[in-house]
Amino acid sequence: MELSIGKPILELNERLAADNRALLDEHRVYVLDVLASPGAGKTSTILATIERLRERYRIAVIEGDIASDVDSQKIKAQGIPAVQINTGGACHLESAMIQRALAALDLETLDLIIIENVGNLVCPTDFYLGENAKIMILSIPEGDDKPLKYPGIFQASRAIILNKVDTAAVFDFDTAAFYESVERLNPTAPIFPISATTGQGVDDWVAWLTAQIEKEYGCASS
Amino acid sequence: MHEFSLMQSVLSTVEESAHQAGAERVTVIRLTIGEMSEVIQDAMEFAFEVLAPETSARDAELAFTWVTPRSRCRACGHEFTHDRYHWSCPACESLATELVAGKELYIDAIEVEFPD
Repeated sequence: MELSIGKPILELNERLAADNRALLDEHRVYVLDVLASPGAGKTSTILATIERLRERYRIAVIEGDIASDVDSQKIKAQGIPAVQINTGGACHLESAMIQRALAALDLETLDLIIIENVGNLVCPTDFYLGENAKIMILSIPEGDDKPLKYPGIFQASRAIILNKVDTAAVFDFDTAAFYESVERLNPTAPIFPISATTGQGVDDWVAWLTAQIEKEYGCASS
Repeated sequence: MHEFSLMQSVLSTVEESAHQAGAERVTVIRLTIGEMSEVIQDAMEFAFEVLAPETSARDAELAFTWVTPRSRCRACGHEFTHDRYHWSCPACESLATELVAGKELYIDAIEVEFPD
């Protein structure tokens, strides 16, 4: 006998993500979910973003890693609240993990939460966490062909950061080919070429992020 | 390998539905997956082999229906099917298109047997 089910596989994840979204809207907290490969520069990009926005917004970071608290220690060293999630092998964050992390933060005192997802170009794409936007970082050494190999993440991202542009001369990175592939996959996503460590281009990225936050919640309360 | 998480969700929903209906065994699980999702069938089958033995779906067959991506052109309104990489409008070549199908991750139905 056939029993009809007709439910999303990720029904529970989506329900908890909607709960997260409602809670964040209530407190007017903008959430950015940052996706990238291991080593693309997620933590250094987040640190460079914090440096430029900490006077304007009250910021916290949720760090997702398979193991260790190396990244959250770096954030805390800057005087920014950070919650470390260790997935214990799982290749992506899920909304239940974010729900627990949000419970550990004082949302009343925050304007912006940056989630550093587990380093992975595939799995996090399918999981809505309740964020306002997903963005991704690709770094020059990874190669210009990544949009062709991992189209899903380029399509799921509201903006794309091209990091480590100060190393372009060393690597055989075809910038024109990269821009063309991204435009075909996601014509509305802006691309921000930056170097998180030298600071090159970071202001443009931060201006875009600020505009997104203000579009959502108006000017910061702080 | 997020297929383990997905399969865990599938099996928990399937078990709950079968139990509520008073069924003894699940014989088929029907899934609909969009080709624009990040799901790989082999990885789903592997996750099923690892996770199913503990459940009433241990002998079930996994039946996949794959959904071909389809988009609508915001410029001219044309609706068309496409592969993962090419989704500019074939009618007017606009890049401003929106996906209307192809990201599905659904449990459609199960087939079950009842105790005699």
